Amino acid sequence: MRQVAIYGKGGIGKSTTTQNLTSALGEMGKKIMVVGCDPKADSTRMLLGGLAQQTVLDTLREEGADGVELDDVMKSGVHQISCVESGGPEPGVGCAGRGIITSIGILENLGAYERDLDYVFYDVLGDVVCGGFAMPIREGKAQEIYIVASGELMAMYAANNICKGIKKYADTGGARLAGIICNSRKVDGELELLTAFAERLGSQLIHFVPRDNIVQRAEINKKTVIEYEPECAQADEYRQLASKIDGNDMFVVPNTMTPDELEAMMMEFGILEAA
Amino acid sequence: MLDHTPQEIRERSAVKINPVNICQPIGAAFAAAGLRNCMPHSHGSQGCSSYLRTQLTRHYREPVMGTSSSFSEDTAVFGGGGNLKQAIRNIIAIYKPEVIAVHTTCVAETIGDDVRSIIDAMEKSGDIPEEVAVIAASTPSYVGTHILGYARMVESMVNAFATADEDTKKQRINVIPGFNAEPGDIREIKRILALMQIDFILFPDTSDAFGAPLTGTAGLYPEGGTTIDELRQTGGSRATFVICRDSGELAAAALERKCGVPAVLLPTPVGIADTDTFIMKLAEITGSTVPVELETERGRLVDMMHDAHPHFHGKRVAIAGDPDIVSGMTSLAVGLGMEPVHILSGTRSAAFERESARLLQDFPRANAVNGGDLFTLHQLIKNEPVDLLLGNSHCKYIARAEDLPLIRIGFPISDRANLHQFPVMGYAGAARMVERIGNTLLDRLDRDAPEERYELLL
Repeated sequence: MRQVAIYGKGGIGKSTTTQNLTSALGEMGKKIMVVGCDPKADSTRMLLGGLAQQTVLDTLREEGADGVELDDVMKSGVHQISCVESGGPEPGVGCAGRGIITSIGILENLGAYERDLDYVFYDVLGDVVCGGFAMPIREGKAQEIYIVASGELMAMYAANNICKGIKKYADTGGARLAGIICNSRKVDGELELLTAFAERLGSQLIHFVPRDNIVQRAEINKKTVIEYEPECAQADEYRQLASKIDGNDMFVVPNTMTPDELEAMMMEFGILEAA
Repeated sequence: MLDHTPQEIRERSAVKINPVNICQPIGAAFAAAGLRNCMPHSHGSQGCSSYLRTQLTRHYREPVMGTSSSFSEDTAVFGGGGNLKQAIRNIIAIYKPEVIAVHTTCVAETIGDDVRSIIDAMEKSGDIPEEVAVIAASTPSYVGTHILGYARMVESMVNAFATADEDTKKQRINVIPGFNAEPGDIREIKRILALMQIDFILFPDTSDAFGAPLTGTAGLYPEGGTTIDELRQTGGSRATFVICRDSGELAAAALERKCGVPAVLLPTPVGIADTDTFIMKLAEITGSTVPVELETERGRLVDMMHDAHPHFHGKRVAIAGDPDIVSGMTSLAVGLGMEPVHILSGTRSAAFERESARLLQDFPRANAVNGGDLFTLHQLIKNEPVDLLLGNSHCKYIARAEDLPLIRIGFPISDRANLHQFPVMGYAGAARMVERIGNTLLDRLDRDAPEERYELLL
């Protein structure tokens, strides 16, 4: 069983990428579980066709720690992908990071990982802001981390920060950076910049996913692109990403950059003009 | 076990060994217990509440009440707002308090519960009836110590209740006793004020809750304690006397800001010199005169100190505990002609820094440790031995390892009974310390004397 975590700046397209990617892997016949680690609980919406799902933490709140059953929180989506949403507190209260720790602990106790699976995917909100958001890369969890990024400075800045988190847990947890996924924003020189960025981190740009409005149309229809329009070019892009990940064996402890180095690199590729 | 404490002192930054402090909530709950019909509420998990109640009960051998928001795993994730609301509704319905004093805990602070706004919303919605006051203090245990917890809870009493009064009563004063004023001390301070015929409001008055008589009947709330009405009137007093600076200064400053009542910050009145300062300042501010009874008491104390002087002279002493009590005991020891060798405050304190510099100016070789632990104290004693140790019950292990007599002072004292019922403050307290220290030293002299030097007359 390969455990994979997808990180990236907020709004970069982690959930969209994860769902299209897992849908493509599912199409290849892989057995997959997707664990949404975002309090908004929108990581599995397209896989489930918009089905509003009971989150692990909602169940914990309503039933208490002993009342949570795997069937309550795990739903089967397209290609029999098992979908779980961790959930979390309402905005502005409580501790979302603790929520992820609690939720993954409950899933382990319920034996969610003991089933016959090829892949577990964690879709994690934003940056590794605290110990809770690092839970998927802590000991015994995800070994492969993919970071979704684009050619914008803030996306790369976040990616570099996430790499610091990976490095921190690399010795004890065995988590490795497996690649950068570019979710294109159509920024000038994006492919070259992100290829160089990934190499500088000691990793690879595993796939460049072009921007296409079909993704948004599918999303509005609560479907992944693979399901919504299987024949389109964008669906093939996700299939390519899936097969590259399936065949990937490049797992590294990343070399992180200082903010100055990162900005120098941006300038080298002409994105940032020197003041 | 402490025989293995190494003599060589090494720089330590990451670990405290045998700390001389506890967490903020214990100070906050203790202060809250000094209000009449007040329920101290711990906004956190049950263990926080149990721990502080146990610690207080071990020291005072009295039942200690307290309620808890009873956090569990889901509370930590979703926030404690729901539990706090439920708790406040239950406390009002079941325990019918006049005041609920909420203090926070580590987990509540870490997840960012906004306790004040939850209480405000309940007051607005009518969930909290007008006759019940709910006050709150932010007391994460990873900031400060029990001393700060006490200080913040008393500050919140002032912020909640004290009302400015233009028609100031000319003689009345406020007194904030502080965490280190035990029931015996508070009664002694009240006795001095009564002898001087000074009208006063003492808050929070913990002397009844932790020093109650056994009457055969027990109510839910202990007798006594400061009333809300008295707290309101603190804003119209002439001055606020702070007995223990580190635990009373915040509230006194709040009273000064809010109601223009000036704060009087003096050394804790332990020992003859600092009791003199206290009494003369009382006389100066209230216009009261020092009655002959107090003068006689003082004269008797001077006589006792004089009579036993040879036993104290040059004796080397180490003192550890909370900042105000350590400063006070150092002043007392210096007044007795003893030599303070190591003094250590478990709580970091700017006042301790100033006080230790003042008290130790004639003892340039003395060590003053601000914010230290008992491991350090033990190492210091191994390097510079002493004749006597003053500190809480945890010091008994050092006393045994180094074969030292120990005089128990401070908090917690969990292995001797009833010490808190007697004062260490005022002339009466000093007299008692003179007797305790002097005769402890003589006991030791007898114990160690070879047969040919075992004297009837000492």
